[in-house]
Amino acid sequence: MKVAVQREDFDLGAEVRAISRDAKVGAVASFVGLVRDVRMTLEHYPGMTENAIGKIVEEAARRWQVMECTVIHRYGNLQPNDQIVLVAVASAHRGDAFAACEFIMDYLKTRAPFWKKEHGPAGAAWVEARSSDDEAAERWKREPQ
Amino acid sequence: MKVKVLFFASLRESLGRPHEELELPANVNTVGTLREHLRARGGEWASVFAPNRPVRAAVNQDMVQAGAAIKPGDEVAFFPPVTGG
Repeated sequence: MKVAVQREDFDLGAEVRAISRDAKVGAVASFVGLVRDVRMTLEHYPGMTENAIGKIVEEAARRWQVMECTVIHRYGNLQPNDQIVLVAVASAHRGDAFAACEFIMDYLKTRAPFWKKEHGPAGAAWVEARSSDDEAAERWKREPQ
Repeated sequence: MKVKVLFFASLRESLGRPHEELELPANVNTVGTLREHLRARGGEWASVFAPNRPVRAAVNQDMVQAGAAIKPGDEVAFFPPVTGG
C-alpha cells in the first residue's frame, strides 16, 4: 500500500503498472481527479493527512479484497486540468476493485485534511464543503456490502 | 496545562497565525471547551468560532468530536470542513 502527499505530478500508467505485477491481480480500478475551471492552491495538514488516508485504505482493505493500493494527493499551486488525486486499487476481481476505489475516494473527500482555495476572476476564495460529499461518504454506512 | 493549537485554511487566515502554544485553565479540558475559550477572546475569534460556524477539530492528528478530551502536551487543530479530492 502506498500513500503519497506531494507537490509533484504523477504518472497514472506507471502507478497502475506498479500495482499490477502480481499474477493473481485480475483487476485494477483507478480514479484521477482533475482541477476544474480555475487555478487553485491546496493546503493540507502535514502528518495528519498521511495518517488519515492510511486509515481509509486500511478500512477499504477490511471490507474488500485489496491486493495493492496507491493513493497520491497533490498540494500547492495547481492549474486547470492538472491532476490532483489518484486512487488505484488492484484486486483479483473487478467488483472489489471498483468498490474499494470509490469508497476510498468518498471517504477521502470528507476525512482527509485538505482545503482548496480557488483563484478566480473575482479574487481568491476558499471552497465550501459540499453536503453531497458527506452524503456520498455516509451511504457506505447504510449499504450492505 | 500546555497544549499546541493549530489553525488551517480560512481559520489560519482569519486569525492571522498558523499555530500557538497555550496555557489552559483547569476547566478547559475538551475540544468543545477550548473552542469556547478561544471564542471568548472576541473580535475575529468570536466570529470564527461562533456556534453556527462549521469548525472541525483534530486531537493529535485524529479527527474528533467536541466532547473529546485534551491532555497536557496535546496537539489540537481547528479547521473548516475539508475540501480535498
